[in-house]
Amino acid sequence: MKKDIILAGVGGQGILSIAATIGMAAVNHGLYLKQAETHGMSQRGGDVQSHLRLSSHEIASDLIPMGKADMILSVEPMESLRYLPFLAPQGWLITNSNPFVNIPEYPDMGAIMDEIRKIRNHIIIDADTIAKDLGSVKAANMVMLGAAAPFLDIDFAWLEESIRGLFGRKGEEVVNFNIEALKAGLAASDAYRK
Amino acid sequence: MQKMMLLGDEAIAQAAIDAGISGIFAYPGTPSTEITEYVQHSREAAAKGIRSKWSANEKTAMEASLGMSYAGKRSMVCMKHVGLNVAADAFVNSAITGANGGMVVVAADDPSMHSSQNEQDSRFYGKFAMIPVLEPSNQQEAYDMVYYGFDLSEKYRIPVMLRITTRLAHSRSGVVRKPERPQNEIRLPENLRQFVLLPAIARKQYKQLLNHQVHYEHEAATTGFNQYFDGPDKSRGIIACGIAYNYLLENYPDRNIPFPVLKLTQYPMPQEMIRRIYDACDSLLVLEDGYPIVEESLKGFLALGKPVHGRLDGTVPRDGELNPNIVAVSLGMEDTIGAAIPQLLAGRPPSLCNGCPHIDSYQAMNEALNKWAKGRVFSDIGCYTLGALAPFEAINSCVDMGASITMAKGAADAGLFPAVAVIGDSTFTHSGITGLLDAVNDKSPVTVIVLDNATTGMTGGQTSSALGKIEDICKGVGVDPEHIHIIKPLRKNHEENVEIFRKEFEYQGVSVIIPRRECIQTLNKRMRMKFAEKKS
Repeated sequence: MKKDIILAGVGGQGILSIAATIGMAAVNHGLYLKQAETHGMSQRGGDVQSHLRLSSHEIASDLIPMGKADMILSVEPMESLRYLPFLAPQGWLITNSNPFVNIPEYPDMGAIMDEIRKIRNHIIIDADTIAKDLGSVKAANMVMLGAAAPFLDIDFAWLEESIRGLFGRKGEEVVNFNIEALKAGLAASDAYRK
Repeated sequence: MQKMMLLGDEAIAQAAIDAGISGIFAYPGTPSTEITEYVQHSREAAAKGIRSKWSANEKTAMEASLGMSYAGKRSMVCMKHVGLNVAADAFVNSAITGANGGMVVVAADDPSMHSSQNEQDSRFYGKFAMIPVLEPSNQQEAYDMVYYGFDLSEKYRIPVMLRITTRLAHSRSGVVRKPERPQNEIRLPENLRQFVLLPAIARKQYKQLLNHQVHYEHEAATTGFNQYFDGPDKSRGIIACGIAYNYLLENYPDRNIPFPVLKLTQYPMPQEMIRRIYDACDSLLVLEDGYPIVEESLKGFLALGKPVHGRLDGTVPRDGELNPNIVAVSLGMEDTIGAAIPQLLAGRPPSLCNGCPHIDSYQAMNEALNKWAKGRVFSDIGCYTLGALAPFEAINSCVDMGASITMAKGAADAGLFPAVAVIGDSTFTHSGITGLLDAVNDKSPVTVIVLDNATTGMTGGQTSSALGKIEDICKGVGVDPEHIHIIKPLRKNHEENVEIFRKEFEYQGVSVIIPRRECIQTLNKRMRMKFAEKKS
């Protein structure tokens, strides 16, 4: 088993929580993991990425080779395109549809969506609305993780387990809310592919 | 044995705790910050009484670390690569004094300048000071090398450098710990003149350092960190330094590399191992993240020997961080790069946060400077450097920690009036005070704006050495109290603040304006924690 995932977004959008959830699931079940993060200057509203690598064999490079990523999972539509050189020809591009506009010349949304739809395996999810309907837009990152779950090659239950592990000290309410968001993301992802 | 999932930085910190340090000294700087933060947040470290507060700058940190070593205890000092420039005086001389308790110096380099002003390679500093350098290829090795580094340091009574890069510092992987060791007792150097670098003593100490080179090299040949792997195809031998070794392996998924490979992660370079691969192969390819330091020394000025390929001949790009694709291409493999980034994509540079006090400060400053031609604001290293970009375009320099005040002084001395310096609170106590003293002593007409957000913001909100001290420092240095102003950078105070700026810009002497309002990030963090406490 080998999964190379590029997580993408804007500083402060919570991609490291996604990475931590997948990471804990993988490590608790004996998989090898490497995760390269962006710290420092870019975290101030700049583009951020994380290279997340899971494997049943030892992993060499901290960086995913370009053209080899199994998935780009993005919490922001334009950012999903920034890492296309990393995506393998059969890889999945899974993205939130809600733009994070903190620059003056944000490109036309229609054009961005057209570019995303050019990717053979793509899923576009309105994670913000789904999370809002559940109670808070903050869980949009967990909705996106749910949407990616079918392609991670790890049990869905492992992800629930690691949400319990990571959010446990914040109380049952927070845990359940995040798991609901995860499930809603999965449902939206299944619906998108039908 | 249980594995911990640790950033490279965290692995270094855990290793230092386990190896029995009594203190860690540092000034925050990406990508090294998380080492010290890990020790600060570690319950084990607290239980062991390991000292870990932030230092005012890298030089004070280096010297304090050397002092702890003098007292016989183990100490670690951490900095980003350019921080080593600040600490260089102490660093280079610490090789002459040598250590007493084990001392490890961590230098975190930033090839590709993700968060830096240059991509200097700290291995040069290690070579310059003539001390052993360890360059881990992964997180486990980072842990093991720190642990071993303290032994090496105590064995030869010499500070040891650990050189890492951003990629290793900020990447997470499984790490297995070694047994915990107790801290050293206080034990002064046997020779109480060891640390007295009077010329007569320094000459002796320096000879010893020279004589020890052969031991350091022997260590590099025998510890097992440097490894030779034979391969059947002798048309090319590969020397892979530090993390470059991983990128090499990545290109051979079955780990079956046809060429002889030397994994080079401990310096000084072991001549015997280098000679072996050189003699065995028709040519060499050197892969190193940073400057071509190994390549250059193997090639020699006249390049009279066998072909040595790497960054110098363009086989590998001359600048920037390595990655698996660059290494693949240098090996003659096909690049696997995927689809191109669509043309329509816009860049998303970092920017000042919504609600950041610097925004209000820059708006007021810009308005007050309107009547003069642009190009008179010297600035410094921190979040406020982002003021160089649109929409502010407020500053005209960012060179090194503290250079805002001294460059403004120099420009003022040249006749530029007004000349303005913009510096953060933490940067001011790091390296700004002495420059201010120069300006006061020389009566140079400069206005120094100390943006006081009560934290070291850019690196994530560490405690600032300047906290609550700035106006007193300025007075103490000799700035006329009449020309020290504390203002609150808020929209509603805009007109009033513009007036104060304007008045001081027109003043023919040294003035200091301190816009003071807490960083919006640390404020939010504080509020969240307060809220969480109330809830529970």
